[in-house]
Amino acid sequence: MAGVRVLVGTQKGGFVLTSDGRRTDWEVVGPLFGGWEVYHVTGSPADPDRLYASQSTGWFGQLIQRSDDGGRSWQPADNQFAYRGDPGTHQWYDGTPHPWEFARVWHLEPSPTDPDTVFAGVEDAALFKSTDGAASWTELDGLRTHRSGPGWQPGAGGMCVHTVLIDPTDHDRLHVAISAAGVFRSADGGRKWEPANRGLRSEGIPDPDAEVGHCVHRIARHPDRPDVLFMQKHWDVMRSDDGGDSWKEVSGDLPSDFGFPISVHAHEPDTVYVVPITSDSMHFPPDGRLRVYRSRTGGHEWEPLARGLPQGDCYVNVLRDAMAVDGLDPCGVYFGTTGGQVYASADAGDTWHALVRDLPRVLSVEVQTLQ
Amino acid sequence: MIDVVLPYHLSTLAGTGRRVSLEVAGPVTQRAVLDALEETYPMLRGTVRDPATGCRRPFVRFFACEEDLSHEPPDLPLPPAVATGEEPFCVVGAMAGG
Repeated sequence: MAGVRVLVGTQKGGFVLTSDGRRTDWEVVGPLFGGWEVYHVTGSPADPDRLYASQSTGWFGQLIQRSDDGGRSWQPADNQFAYRGDPGTHQWYDGTPHPWEFARVWHLEPSPTDPDTVFAGVEDAALFKSTDGAASWTELDGLRTHRSGPGWQPGAGGMCVHTVLIDPTDHDRLHVAISAAGVFRSADGGRKWEPANRGLRSEGIPDPDAEVGHCVHRIARHPDRPDVLFMQKHWDVMRSDDGGDSWKEVSGDLPSDFGFPISVHAHEPDTVYVVPITSDSMHFPPDGRLRVYRSRTGGHEWEPLARGLPQGDCYVNVLRDAMAVDGLDPCGVYFGTTGGQVYASADAGDTWHALVRDLPRVLSVEVQTLQ
Repeated sequence: MIDVVLPYHLSTLAGTGRRVSLEVAGPVTQRAVLDALEETYPMLRGTVRDPATGCRRPFVRFFACEEDLSHEPPDLPLPPAVATGEEPFCVVGAMAGG
């Protein structure tokens, strides 16, 4: 029988939650790397036993851990993320030039076909690649050295590459999202990059329609339609039908179009999930009611999904990397909160239950569907 | 042999006890002790010293003989009691909380 492995990164360690295909009984293992911030844990689509984890603290810096046995054992891999050449400066919060400084790895994106190839999106914003199973990292410095780079400015959470999408039909086509620079795309495996933010409008920047400077929180796509991208921006839920050439707003009837994560159903390319929160200054659900919103029409029309979720006195947030779907039928949807709950739905969002309730602040959730 | 006391997270990472003994060739300095530490426990590279600059990470402190040596030049000889193994060289995570 198929199974599911949910990989959870938290402020104080990683956790692995496993179940069979029924998704009713769960085994919880952890904390892995207890006491460390685990920004992301993810698995290779090409080899489900190959896992990568980003482990860090402000005291002792960045580590990358690798597992070759599905998370039963882990080995530290290379942790040298050296910018190529003189990294120069970007803009600091006050508008002054600030040296580019590596802080941490936010997101690891393994190749769809090669377990040894993995991308790392880091703060300060840059993209690294390993082709030897994280034994060494090389910066794809065409991104950071884009002509707009000296003008990039951090968002409140830091200036990070937090999303890396690999086109499933052409692995040289990459999209990344940077807070707070926006979306960039490459057609040549990451050597050259161009902004892909046309149609975005952000009131919080001097030129609301600027080429770069938008605080994109997350982008997602369905593998069957690589040119259709969905975005949760600081404010606004957006959609592109042309691989990022242009974006249109699809916030529609959402109660708030501010949020962090966005995910696409595994089998229905027009079914999209977001978790609205009140505003940029109130990072919790409207009215203290935690509700996932689902659109079955690729945006514009949204329905609240609340069965099994707390509908009073709930003031948690769901961070940008903390929602994922499995590949089973019906599609499973999972998300983790800043309050330490991991919620799951085994029926595409109709009903929810908590797999765990008292973990540390959840930073990321990934799901592996095991055959 | 030089004794080095590690903070909890680094001893866990290295898979060793809190106190490790290291052979240090030549003058016993911060740099020589940390070089020997990283040579013996390569998984600690980058956790005590910034990999880009080689400098002490901001929230790491070095104590020995009841003195804070964090701001001493890395090539200055450590106290004789450390060099003879009577006293340990302590790597400490800076106090934080509240």
